[in-house]
Amino acid sequence: MTTEIHRDDLASKTGMWLFLFTEMLLFGGLFVVYSVYRYRNPIAFHLAAHELSVAIGTINTIILLISSSTIAMSITALQKQNKKLALLLLGITVFLGLAFLVNKYFEWGEHIKEHIYPGSPILALRGQGDVLFYGLYFFMTGLHALHIIIGLIFIAVIAVKIYGDKITFDNFVLLENSGLYWHLVDLIWIFLFPLFYLIT
Amino acid sequence: MENEKNHIIPYKTFLFVLAGLICLTLTSVLVTQISLGPLTVAIALLIAAVKSSFVLRIFMHLKFDNKMFSIGVIAVILLISVVIIITLLDYLYR
Repeated sequence: MTTEIHRDDLASKTGMWLFLFTEMLLFGGLFVVYSVYRYRNPIAFHLAAHELSVAIGTINTIILLISSSTIAMSITALQKQNKKLALLLLGITVFLGLAFLVNKYFEWGEHIKEHIYPGSPILALRGQGDVLFYGLYFFMTGLHALHIIIGLIFIAVIAVKIYGDKITFDNFVLLENSGLYWHLVDLIWIFLFPLFYLIT
Repeated sequence: MENEKNHIIPYKTFLFVLAGLICLTLTSVLVTQISLGPLTVAIALLIAAVKSSFVLRIFMHLKFDNKMFSIGVIAVILLISVVIIITLLDYLYR
């Protein structure tokens, strides 16, 4: 059988990028909200940001950066027809993504133990600025974590496809697209990290 | 396939970029621990912008891909900046 199956990698990638543009606008809108709330509550935002752990934030940033490089290298590995290395690198990516979520779990757990969560009556006593800061903090990092979970599932599906030779060295646009998604998640974190943890 | 240049980026490139990104992250942490007033915000955002340009150009292959994607990304970034600037102008001079 020599039936040529039509494939358009450029179109596939264009579709992925168009989707990523909508994701950027989604988070962009939230950054607009952040800048206005920060402008209106400078002191509350300043004090509340001090309560976040810079150490955990930094570790999570580095974890995401490394995971971004491993998924990028897995494309190189697959192009060089080194399937095993490509799968290993995807495995490391998934492991690092899970490590990020575990850190986030402990971080959120600490806050919730101190009665800091959206809708908490004790948080409400601290004033409007704190409510807005933590509301944005939980919503934006939560939405980001949701993207991590979706990204991990996406990457796991891609790994299974590579294992089953559905994605190969001459047909890897799906791997590239999952990589693009994962890098976008990293990109958003690059801005969330300084805005919530560093600028105090 | 004509639209597949099959450009292979060496592992070394990614490792160098990763090292650069980690250095920039640590720099921004150190810089923001020193109180520089309003400059802190500017420096932290500038470093974030440099980091994201590395991620976009190398990790996301924009440097090697069809220019259409780069133009789209620039358009989206401009749109978000314009919205932020107009919104803040409104709040500042209300």
